[in-house]
Amino acid sequence: MKTAAPQTGKPRRTTPSGIEIPAVATEAMHNGHLELPGEYPYTRGIFPDGYLGRLWTMRQYSGFGTPEESNQRYKFLLDQGQTGLSVALDLPTQCGYDPTDAMARPEVGKVGVSLSNLREMEILFDGIDLAKISTSFTINGTAAIIYAMYLATADQAGVPRAKLTGTIQNDILKEFVARGTWIFPVRPSMRLVADSILYANTQTPRFNPISIAGAHVRDAGCNAVEEMAFTLANGLAYVDELLARGGDLNGFAGRLSFFFYVHTDFFEEVCKFRAGRRIWARLMKERYRATDPKSCLFRFGVVCGGASLTASQPYNNIVRVAIETMAAVMGGAQSIFTAAYDEAFQIPTEESAEIALRTQQVIAHESGIAQTVDALGGSHYVEYLTDKTEEEILRVMREVDNYGGVIKAIEQGYIQRRIAERARQRKELLDAGERVVVGVNRYQREDQNGTVRELFKMDPKTAQNIVAKFNEIRDRRDNGAVERNLARLSDATPKDRENLMPYIVDCCHSYATVGEMVATLKKHWGEFREPTGL
Amino acid sequence: MSLHHKRILVAKPGLDGHDAGAKIIVLALRDAGAEVIYTGLRKTPEYIARVAIDEDVDAIGLSLLSGAHMELVTETVEWLKKLDGEQIKIFIGGTIPKEDQQALLDMGVVGVFTAEMKLLDVLAAIDKALTS
Repeated sequence: MKTAAPQTGKPRRTTPSGIEIPAVATEAMHNGHLELPGEYPYTRGIFPDGYLGRLWTMRQYSGFGTPEESNQRYKFLLDQGQTGLSVALDLPTQCGYDPTDAMARPEVGKVGVSLSNLREMEILFDGIDLAKISTSFTINGTAAIIYAMYLATADQAGVPRAKLTGTIQNDILKEFVARGTWIFPVRPSMRLVADSILYANTQTPRFNPISIAGAHVRDAGCNAVEEMAFTLANGLAYVDELLARGGDLNGFAGRLSFFFYVHTDFFEEVCKFRAGRRIWARLMKERYRATDPKSCLFRFGVVCGGASLTASQPYNNIVRVAIETMAAVMGGAQSIFTAAYDEAFQIPTEESAEIALRTQQVIAHESGIAQTVDALGGSHYVEYLTDKTEEEILRVMREVDNYGGVIKAIEQGYIQRRIAERARQRKELLDAGERVVVGVNRYQREDQNGTVRELFKMDPKTAQNIVAKFNEIRDRRDNGAVERNLARLSDATPKDRENLMPYIVDCCHSYATVGEMVATLKKHWGEFREPTGL
Repeated sequence: MSLHHKRILVAKPGLDGHDAGAKIIVLALRDAGAEVIYTGLRKTPEYIARVAIDEDVDAIGLSLLSGAHMELVTETVEWLKKLDGEQIKIFIGGTIPKEDQQALLDMGVVGVFTAEMKLLDVLAAIDKALTS
């Protein structure tokens, strides 16, 4: 029997996304019809056996300085039981500049590893079996190039392409609204994304050629509902582009993957994933008439930490990340990256990186929460919040549609302005103490900002070493071959029906640099003009 | 607060794409009465200094979260000197380690603000620096 919610005299409480929180949830508050895990529309998870068959992939985002230094850190993490690699690239590589470029110079090797040409990638993966370890690259503006370079690395090492597993982020749309590593205007950027996905479908069937990411708009200020809504809207834009370029829905949809932040509000995060999974499955089946069940599966990775971490009392971040990891597991994530407690202010040290990985391992092997599938399914509150979150996500998606779709909304700065307003609101709630963050606006103490036992120190010679190696490669390679390959890429670029990937792979094989390839494409496409009005 | 009639350029030097903080400051300064120009991402120190002088601003706010702050702030200060814009004050926001904060202040920067400071405190500090 369904009963009404008990009335309380307390003021209304809401989740950070503004969804009302009942003091006690009851059966009457949700629709209650739940399929089993692994059954459409997959609210309870995409696999019938959850994590019983296989745990999530533990994948720590890592990379800094020279390929040699990063290679060492990767081997350390793999030795500690990490099950996949996640490559952080420096900003010059991400924005398409060679390390010798004036624009790049101050940033070489700083927030990630420099990968300006095939030689650097060969060193990065030296001694790591690409057929066995899956690798994820957080790369967008130059994703097609870095993916091509990965194929070239595998080719050189004699690893069959079909054996490669991993992910390139390759989600340019969110770069235009947050994160900012765009290069070309929106429309040619979409072509490059589609070319790489369609090429990857044939060359590397086990590789995810895109990870449509909400994480960065979330970190830039969005709430959980908007994070999911903007991401799903971007996902649909990619589907439309792929179909327009002759892709077969059942051929590519199963390899689309997603990526999100998890912040500390436990139930809101769990329900965001349950709702997103359900919406995506329904869109694929009902709007796009997907016939292969795999096309409807919403597979996603997460990052725990980001803007939820604080520089004040940084050890509190270990607790935050543990809560967030539990939310990711209860939400059914396929891979999890746990940020290190010092990541709010520095590149993690080996010690902090290890604690972050251990946090996942404790949850996986001690907490027991992965021992049954969707342990929270059927909870009145969780089902209520899942339903409400779904409604709210669909509402925000309609707002973007009404504006004229994501491409227009991005070109005209609509989503950017919405995020900036939300970021300010979030900051004001924090300043006013309405959003409590322990150690920052509650229980704070003087002189606890960024105070840790061990500080990460970058080798001051790093940039110099990278530039020296770069110049050496440019002297040693067959420059005639580079020029020929770049010319062929240039010829193919204006031909809209050509897939550019084979040309880019050839360029990589001849040790053409990221900067050279980007400059070749820029000649035809120009650069994105950022709408800066606020 | 006397930020009325103050002209401020908020800029993102280098390749860093984290612009949430810069945009929050743009909106907050504007609400406090200042005239604010935002450059958008990926600007060189030379470009920023030239825009600041052409637009006759009172101050430049530089937002940096990629660890390249020492190089990029130094270059911006140098360009301002070269172009006779030394009267323009510079404040910094972003991820700036403690040991670098003092070095930046020694360079003549009027304030270094991090994410956990209250917006009102940041505005008050900018106001004070521009009226003194």
